[in-house]
Amino acid sequence: MTDDSETVVATDPVTGEEIDVPADVEVGEIIDSPITGAELEVVAVDPITLEEAPELEEDWGE
Amino acid sequence: MSDSLTVGILYSRIRRDEKLLLEALRERDHDVRKIDVRKERFDIEKPPEAFEDVDVLIDRCLSTSRSLYITRFAESYGIPIVNSAETAQVCADKAHNSLALKEAGVPTPRTEVAFTKETALEIVESFGYPCVLKPVIGSWGRLMAKIDSRDAAEAIFEHKATLGHYEHKVFYIQEFVEKGGRDIRVVALDGEPVAAMVRSSDHWLTNAAKGAETAEFELDDRALELVKKASDAVGGGLLGVDLMETGDDYTVHEVNHNVEFKALDGVVEENVPARLVDWLEENYAEGEQ
Ligand SMILES: Nc1ncnc2c1ncn2[C@@H]1O[C@H](COP(=O)(O)OP(=O)(O)OP(=O)(O)O)[C@@H](O)[C@H]1O
Repeated sequence: MTDDSETVVATDPVTGEEIDVPADVEVGEIIDSPITGAELEVVAVDPITLEEAPELEEDWGE
Repeated sequence: MSDSLTVGILYSRIRRDEKLLLEALRERDHDVRKIDVRKERFDIEKPPEAFEDVDVLIDRCLSTSRSLYITRFAESYGIPIVNSAETAQVCADKAHNSLALKEAGVPTPRTEVAFTKETALEIVESFGYPCVLKPVIGSWGRLMAKIDSRDAAEAIFEHKATLGHYEHKVFYIQEFVEKGGRDIRVVALDGEPVAAMVRSSDHWLTNAAKGAETAEFELDDRALELVKKASDAVGGGLLGVDLMETGDDYTVHEVNHNVEFKALDGVVEENVPARLVDWLEENYAEGEQ
Protein backbone atom coordinates (compact mmCIF):
# COMPACT_ATOMS: atom_id res chain seq x y z
CA MET A 1 0.00 0.00 0.00
CA THR A 2 1.06 3.52 -0.73
CA ASP A 3 1.55 5.68 2.27
CA ASP A 4 -1.09 8.42 2.01
CA SER A 5 1.30 10.99 3.38
CA GLU A 6 3.90 10.48 0.65
CA THR A 7 4.10 13.58 -1.52
CA VAL A 8 6.04 14.90 -4.46
CA VAL A 9 6.62 18.41 -5.67
CA ALA A 10 4.83 19.87 -8.70
CA THR A 11 4.32 23.34 -10.11
CA ASP A 12 1.10 25.17 -9.41
CA PRO A 13 -0.08 26.32 -12.85
CA VAL A 14 -1.79 29.43 -11.48
CA THR A 15 0.96 30.88 -9.29
CA GLY A 16 4.00 29.08 -10.71
CA GLU A 17 5.01 28.11 -7.19
CA GLU A 18 6.01 24.65 -6.08
CA ILE A 19 3.36 22.64 -4.23
CA ASP A 20 3.22 19.21 -2.60
CA VAL A 21 0.89 16.68 -4.21
CA PRO A 22 0.20 13.08 -3.18
CA ALA A 23 2.69 10.74 -4.85
CA ASP A 24 -0.02 8.33 -6.00
CA VAL A 25 -2.14 10.76 -8.06
CA GLU A 26 -3.65 9.49 -11.31
CA VAL A 27 -4.04 11.30 -14.61
CA GLY A 28 -7.52 12.82 -14.56
CA GLU A 29 -7.55 13.36 -10.81
CA ILE A 30 -8.43 16.74 -9.36
CA ILE A 31 -6.52 18.25 -6.48
CA ASP A 32 -7.06 21.53 -4.70
CA SER A 33 -4.20 23.98 -4.91
CA PRO A 34 -2.91 24.58 -1.37
CA ILE A 35 -2.09 28.13 -2.44
CA THR A 36 -5.18 29.39 -4.24
CA GLY A 37 -7.70 26.66 -3.46
CA ALA A 38 -8.38 26.36 -7.20
CA GLU A 39 -9.11 22.94 -8.64
CA LEU A 40 -6.19 21.54 -10.57
CA GLU A 41 -6.29 18.60 -12.95
CA VAL A 42 -3.45 16.12 -13.15
CA VAL A 43 -2.68 15.90 -16.87
CA ALA A 44 0.53 13.85 -16.65
CA VAL A 45 2.30 11.92 -13.91
CA ASP A 46 5.87 11.49 -15.00
CA PRO A 47 6.63 14.17 -13.98
CA ILE A 48 3.39 15.37 -12.38
CA THR A 49 1.93 18.14 -14.49
CA LEU A 50 -1.04 20.21 -13.38
CA GLU A 51 -3.49 22.41 -15.25
CA GLU A 52 -6.43 24.46 -14.11
CA ALA A 53 -9.41 22.10 -14.02
CA PRO A 54 -12.46 22.83 -16.15
CA GLU A 55 -15.36 24.46 -14.31
CA LEU A 56 -18.05 22.23 -12.92
CA GLU A 57 -21.00 22.18 -15.29
CA GLU A 58 -24.65 21.99 -14.50
CA ASP A 59 -25.27 18.56 -15.97
CA TRP A 60 -22.46 17.03 -13.92
CA GLY A 61 -23.24 14.69 -11.09
CA GLU A 62 -24.33 11.21 -10.23
CA MET B 1 -10.68 -18.30 -10.79
CA SER B 2 -11.96 -15.94 -13.41
CA ASP B 3 -9.91 -14.78 -16.35
CA SER B 4 -8.39 -11.36 -16.37
CA LEU B 5 -10.69 -8.69 -17.78
CA THR B 6 -9.90 -5.72 -19.94
CA VAL B 7 -11.96 -2.93 -18.45
CA GLY B 8 -12.30 0.49 -20.08
CA ILE B 9 -13.09 3.25 -17.61
CA LEU B 10 -14.69 6.17 -19.43
CA TYR B 11 -14.07 9.36 -17.50
CA SER B 12 -13.40 13.05 -17.65
CA ARG B 13 -12.50 13.41 -13.97
CA ILE B 14 -11.06 10.76 -11.71
CA ARG B 15 -12.97 11.19 -8.48
CA ARG B 16 -12.17 9.29 -5.33
CA ASP B 17 -14.80 6.77 -6.50
CA GLU B 18 -13.00 6.02 -9.76
CA LYS B 19 -9.72 5.81 -7.92
CA LEU B 20 -11.12 3.19 -5.55
CA LEU B 21 -12.44 1.22 -8.50
CA LEU B 22 -9.13 1.46 -10.37
CA GLU B 23 -7.24 0.25 -7.32
CA ALA B 24 -9.61 -2.68 -6.80
CA LEU B 25 -9.33 -3.74 -10.44
CA ARG B 26 -5.55 -3.50 -10.50
CA GLU B 27 -5.26 -5.42 -7.27
CA ARG B 28 -6.82 -8.38 -9.05
CA ASP B 29 -4.58 -7.94 -12.08
CA HIS B 30 -7.27 -6.86 -14.47
CA ASP B 31 -6.14 -4.85 -17.42
CA VAL B 32 -7.50 -1.36 -16.80
CA ARG B 33 -7.70 1.19 -19.55
CA LYS B 34 -8.50 4.74 -18.55
CA ILE B 35 -10.26 6.46 -21.41
CA ASP B 36 -10.58 10.24 -21.22
CA VAL B 37 -13.74 10.91 -23.23
CA ARG B 38 -12.69 14.48 -23.90
CA LYS B 39 -9.98 13.14 -26.19
CA GLU B 40 -11.96 10.50 -28.05
CA ARG B 41 -13.75 10.75 -31.37
CA PHE B 42 -16.89 8.70 -31.76
CA ASP B 43 -17.42 7.55 -35.32
CA ILE B 44 -20.85 6.15 -36.15
CA GLU B 45 -19.10 3.51 -38.30
CA LYS B 46 -16.47 2.12 -35.95
CA PRO B 47 -15.26 2.31 -32.35
CA PRO B 48 -12.28 4.43 -31.31
CA GLU B 49 -9.01 2.53 -30.95
CA ALA B 50 -9.20 2.89 -27.19
CA PHE B 51 -12.18 0.53 -27.19
CA GLU B 52 -10.31 -2.27 -28.93
CA ASP B 53 -10.49 -5.62 -27.11
CA VAL B 54 -12.21 -4.30 -24.01
CA ASP B 55 -14.48 -6.83 -22.31
CA VAL B 56 -16.56 -4.15 -20.70
CA LEU B 57 -16.71 -0.37 -20.56
CA ILE B 58 -17.69 1.44 -17.40
CA ASP B 59 -19.29 4.81 -17.91
CA ARG B 60 -17.99 7.06 -15.15
CA CYS B 61 -18.64 10.32 -16.97
CA LEU B 62 -19.59 13.10 -14.64
CA SER B 63 -21.40 14.83 -17.42
CA THR B 64 -24.90 13.54 -18.06
CA SER B 65 -24.90 14.55 -21.71
CA ARG B 66 -21.62 12.75 -22.38
CA SER B 67 -22.91 9.72 -20.58
CA LEU B 68 -26.03 9.60 -22.74
CA TYR B 69 -24.04 9.61 -25.98
CA ILE B 70 -21.26 7.30 -24.89
CA THR B 71 -23.57 4.55 -23.72
CA ARG B 72 -25.45 4.73 -26.99
CA PHE B 73 -22.27 4.61 -29.09
CA ALA B 74 -20.90 1.68 -27.07
CA GLU B 75 -24.06 -0.30 -27.67
CA SER B 76 -23.95 0.46 -31.37
CA TYR B 77 -20.37 -0.84 -31.46
CA GLY B 78 -21.57 -4.00 -29.70
CA ILE B 79 -19.38 -3.39 -26.64
CA PRO B 80 -20.92 -4.13 -23.24
CA ILE B 81 -21.21 -1.03 -21.09
CA VAL B 82 -22.13 -0.43 -17.46
CA ASN B 83 -24.71 1.02 -17.30
CA SER B 84 -26.76 0.60 -20.44
CA ALA B 85 -27.93 3.42 -22.68
CA GLU B 86 -31.51 2.72 -21.62
CA THR B 87 -30.56 3.08 -17.96
CA ALA B 88 -28.66 6.30 -18.60
CA GLN B 89 -31.63 7.69 -20.47
CA VAL B 90 -34.07 6.97 -17.65
CA CYS B 91 -31.80 8.02 -14.80
CA ALA B 92 -30.42 11.17 -16.41
CA ASP B 93 -33.73 12.95 -16.16
CA LYS B 94 -35.83 13.14 -13.01
CA ALA B 95 -39.13 13.11 -14.90
CA HIS B 96 -38.19 9.90 -16.73
CA ASN B 97 -36.92 8.49 -13.45
CA SER B 98 -40.21 9.19 -11.68
CA LEU B 99 -42.25 7.73 -14.52
CA ALA B 100 -40.20 4.53 -14.56
CA LEU B 101 -40.62 4.09 -10.80
CA LYS B 102 -44.35 4.76 -11.00
CA GLU B 103 -44.79 2.34 -13.90
CA ALA B 104 -42.97 -0.38 -11.96
CA GLY B 105 -45.25 0.05 -8.97
CA VAL B 106 -42.49 1.48 -6.77
CA PRO B 107 -43.77 4.06 -4.28
CA THR B 108 -42.35 7.43 -5.28
CA PRO B 109 -43.27 10.96 -4.15
CA ARG B 110 -46.24 12.59 -5.84
CA THR B 111 -44.81 14.54 -8.77
CA GLU B 112 -46.11 16.77 -11.54
CA VAL B 113 -44.40 18.48 -14.46
CA ALA B 114 -45.40 21.73 -16.19
CA PHE B 115 -43.90 23.82 -18.97
CA THR B 116 -44.82 27.35 -17.99
CA LYS B 117 -44.45 29.29 -14.76
CA GLU B 118 -48.19 29.96 -14.63
CA THR B 119 -49.07 26.28 -14.76
CA ALA B 120 -46.24 25.45 -12.35
CA LEU B 121 -47.81 27.85 -9.89
CA GLU B 122 -51.15 26.04 -10.23
CA ILE B 123 -49.41 22.78 -9.29
CA VAL B 124 -47.73 24.32 -6.28
CA GLU B 125 -50.99 25.83 -5.07
CA SER B 126 -52.74 22.48 -5.37
CA PHE B 127 -49.88 20.60 -3.61
CA GLY B 128 -49.75 23.11 -0.77
CA TYR B 129 -46.64 24.28 1.09
CA PRO B 130 -43.91 23.32 1.48
CA CYS B 131 -43.22 21.52 -1.77
CA VAL B 132 -40.09 20.84 -3.75
CA LEU B 133 -38.90 22.07 -7.13
CA LYS B 134 -36.04 20.19 -8.80
CA PRO B 135 -34.17 20.66 -12.05
CA VAL B 136 -34.89 17.62 -14.24
CA ILE B 137 -31.17 17.29 -14.91
CA GLY B 138 -28.59 17.81 -12.21
CA SER B 139 -27.32 16.30 -9.03
CA TRP B 140 -25.71 16.75 -5.63
CA GLY B 141 -28.76 18.70 -4.50
CA ARG B 142 -27.88 21.66 -6.66
CA LEU B 143 -30.57 24.15 -7.69
CA MET B 144 -33.21 22.36 -5.68
CA ALA B 145 -35.77 24.54 -3.95
CA LYS B 146 -38.05 23.93 -1.02
CA ILE B 147 -40.95 26.27 -1.66
CA ASP B 148 -42.61 27.59 1.48
CA SER B 149 -45.03 30.17 0.10
CA ARG B 150 -46.71 31.47 -3.02
CA ASP B 151 -44.43 34.52 -3.02
CA ALA B 152 -41.37 32.32 -3.04
CA ALA B 153 -42.84 30.13 -5.78
CA GLU B 154 -43.51 33.12 -8.03
CA ALA B 155 -40.00 34.44 -7.57
CA ILE B 156 -38.30 31.11 -8.21
CA PHE B 157 -40.36 30.36 -11.32
CA GLU B 158 -39.71 33.84 -12.68
CA HIS B 159 -35.97 33.41 -12.19
CA LYS B 160 -35.93 30.00 -13.78
CA ALA B 161 -38.04 31.06 -16.75
CA THR B 162 -35.86 34.12 -17.33
CA LEU B 163 -32.37 32.96 -16.48
CA GLY B 164 -32.32 29.24 -17.03
CA HIS B 165 -31.61 27.45 -20.24
CA TYR B 166 -34.26 25.30 -21.80
CA GLU B 167 -34.15 22.42 -19.31
CA HIS B 168 -35.15 24.91 -16.64
CA LYS B 169 -38.34 25.63 -18.50
CA VAL B 170 -39.45 22.18 -17.45
CA PHE B 171 -40.87 22.57 -13.95
CA TYR B 172 -40.62 19.37 -11.92
CA ILE B 173 -42.60 19.74 -8.73
CA GLN B 174 -42.81 17.24 -5.94
CA GLU B 175 -44.65 16.90 -2.66
CA PHE B 176 -42.43 17.52 0.35
CA VAL B 177 -41.81 14.24 2.15
CA GLU B 178 -41.54 14.36 5.95
CA LYS B 179 -38.59 12.02 5.99
CA GLY B 180 -37.44 12.34 9.58
CA GLY B 181 -34.33 14.34 8.72
CA ARG B 182 -32.65 11.61 6.71
CA ASP B 183 -32.66 9.57 3.55
CA ILE B 184 -31.17 6.25 2.53
CA ARG B 185 -28.62 5.54 -0.19
CA VAL B 186 -28.29 1.98 -1.40
CA VAL B 187 -25.63 0.90 -3.86
CA ALA B 188 -26.96 -2.10 -5.74
CA LEU B 189 -25.74 -4.46 -8.45
CA ASP B 190 -28.64 -5.66 -10.59
CA GLY B 191 -30.92 -5.01 -7.66
CA GLU B 192 -28.76 -6.84 -5.08
CA PRO B 193 -27.67 -4.34 -2.43
CA VAL B 194 -23.93 -4.06 -1.80
CA ALA B 195 -24.42 -1.81 1.20
CA ALA B 196 -26.62 1.01 2.43
CA MET B 197 -26.29 4.12 4.54
CA VAL B 198 -28.48 6.81 6.02
CA ARG B 199 -27.63 10.44 5.43
CA SER B 200 -28.86 12.77 8.16
CA SER B 201 -28.88 16.52 8.30
CA ASP B 202 -30.72 19.42 9.88
CA HIS B 203 -30.97 20.82 6.37
CA TRP B 204 -33.75 19.40 4.21
CA LEU B 205 -31.14 18.38 1.64
CA THR B 206 -29.37 15.33 3.00
CA ASN B 207 -26.96 14.61 0.14
CA ALA B 208 -23.54 13.40 1.20
CA ALA B 209 -22.21 16.02 -1.23
CA LYS B 210 -23.93 18.65 0.95
CA GLY B 211 -22.14 17.45 4.04
CA ALA B 212 -24.82 15.25 5.64
CA GLU B 213 -23.78 12.83 8.38
CA THR B 214 -23.62 9.23 7.26
CA ALA B 215 -24.03 5.88 9.01
CA GLU B 216 -24.48 2.29 7.92
CA PHE B 217 -28.09 1.20 7.45
CA GLU B 218 -29.59 -2.28 7.69
CA LEU B 219 -32.18 -2.88 4.96
CA ASP B 220 -35.37 -4.68 5.94
CA ASP B 221 -37.36 -6.95 3.61
CA ARG B 222 -39.53 -4.15 2.29
CA ALA B 223 -36.51 -2.01 1.45
CA LEU B 224 -34.83 -4.98 -0.26
CA GLU B 225 -37.94 -5.54 -2.35
CA LEU B 226 -38.09 -1.88 -3.39
CA VAL B 227 -34.40 -1.71 -4.28
CA LYS B 228 -34.83 -4.73 -6.57
CA LYS B 229 -37.94 -3.28 -8.18
CA ALA B 230 -36.39 0.16 -8.61
CA SER B 231 -33.30 -1.38 -10.19
CA ASP B 232 -35.38 -3.46 -12.60
CA ALA B 233 -37.44 -0.38 -13.42
CA VAL B 234 -34.41 1.36 -14.93
CA GLY B 235 -32.79 -1.67 -16.53
CA GLY B 236 -30.47 -2.87 -13.72
CA GLY B 237 -26.70 -2.50 -13.50
CA LEU B 238 -24.59 -0.59 -10.99
CA LEU B 239 -26.99 1.83 -9.37
CA GLY B 240 -27.60 4.12 -6.44
CA VAL B 241 -31.14 3.84 -5.15
CA ASP B 242 -32.30 6.69 -2.91
CA LEU B 243 -35.18 6.12 -0.49
CA MET B 244 -36.91 8.15 2.17
CA GLU B 245 -38.78 6.76 5.17
CA THR B 246 -42.40 7.84 5.37
CA GLY B 247 -43.23 6.33 8.74
CA ASP B 248 -44.93 3.11 7.71
CA ASP B 249 -43.21 2.60 4.35
CA TYR B 250 -40.53 3.92 2.04
CA THR B 251 -40.69 6.13 -0.99
CA VAL B 252 -38.01 5.97 -3.68
CA HIS B 253 -37.18 9.44 -4.94
CA GLU B 254 -34.60 8.48 -7.51
CA VAL B 255 -32.17 6.00 -8.99
CA ASN B 256 -28.69 7.24 -9.93
CA HIS B 257 -26.88 5.60 -12.84
CA ASN B 258 -23.44 7.05 -12.21
CA VAL B 259 -23.40 6.33 -8.54
CA GLU B 260 -20.78 7.73 -6.20
CA PHE B 261 -19.82 5.18 -3.57
CA LYS B 262 -16.87 6.73 -1.74
CA ALA B 263 -19.01 8.02 1.12
CA LEU B 264 -20.72 4.64 1.46
CA ASP B 265 -17.42 2.77 1.32
CA GLY B 266 -16.20 4.98 4.13
CA VAL B 267 -19.00 4.03 6.54
CA VAL B 268 -19.82 0.38 5.91
CA GLU B 269 -18.03 -2.88 6.72
CA GLU B 270 -18.35 -4.10 3.16
CA ASN B 271 -15.54 -3.38 0.71
CA VAL B 272 -17.71 -1.69 -1.92
CA PRO B 273 -15.19 -1.46 -4.80
CA ALA B 274 -14.18 -5.11 -4.29
CA ARG B 275 -17.81 -6.12 -4.63
CA LEU B 276 -18.08 -4.15 -7.85
CA VAL B 277 -15.10 -6.03 -9.22
CA ASP B 278 -16.64 -9.39 -8.16
CA TRP B 279 -19.74 -8.45 -10.08
CA LEU B 280 -17.76 -7.42 -13.18
CA GLU B 281 -15.89 -10.73 -13.06
CA GLU B 282 -19.12 -12.70 -12.73
CA ASN B 283 -20.80 -10.92 -15.60
CA TYR B 284 -18.14 -9.97 -18.10
CA ALA B 285 -15.35 -12.55 -17.92
CA GLU B 286 -14.79 -14.56 -21.12
CA GLY B 287 -17.85 -16.62 -21.97
CA GLU B 288 -19.97 -15.05 -19.22
CA GLN B 289 -21.85 -12.68 -21.48
N1 LIG C 1 -39.71 15.32 -2.10
C1 LIG C 1 -38.79 15.51 -1.17
N2 LIG C 1 -39.14 15.80 0.11
C2 LIG C 1 -38.22 16.01 1.07
N3 LIG C 1 -36.90 15.92 0.86
C3 LIG C 1 -36.48 15.62 -0.38
C4 LIG C 1 -37.41 15.39 -1.45
N4 LIG C 1 -36.70 15.10 -2.56
C5 LIG C 1 -35.42 15.14 -2.21
N5 LIG C 1 -35.26 15.45 -0.90
C6 LIG C 1 -33.98 15.61 -0.19
O1 LIG C 1 -33.09 16.26 -1.05
C7 LIG C 1 -31.93 15.51 -1.31
C8 LIG C 1 -31.55 15.57 -2.77
O2 LIG C 1 -32.60 15.06 -3.54
P1 LIG C 1 -32.36 14.27 -4.90
O3 LIG C 1 -31.67 12.99 -4.61
O4 LIG C 1 -33.65 14.21 -5.62
O5 LIG C 1 -31.39 15.29 -5.63
P2 LIG C 1 -30.09 15.09 -6.49
O6 LIG C 1 -29.58 16.45 -6.72
O7 LIG C 1 -30.44 14.27 -7.68
O8 LIG C 1 -29.08 14.28 -5.57
P3 LIG C 1 -28.13 13.04 -5.91
O9 LIG C 1 -28.16 12.82 -7.38
O10 LIG C 1 -26.78 13.45 -5.43
O11 LIG C 1 -28.70 11.89 -5.16
C9 LIG C 1 -32.26 14.10 -0.87
O12 LIG C 1 -31.10 13.53 -0.33
C10 LIG C 1 -33.35 14.29 0.14
O13 LIG C 1 -32.81 14.41 1.44
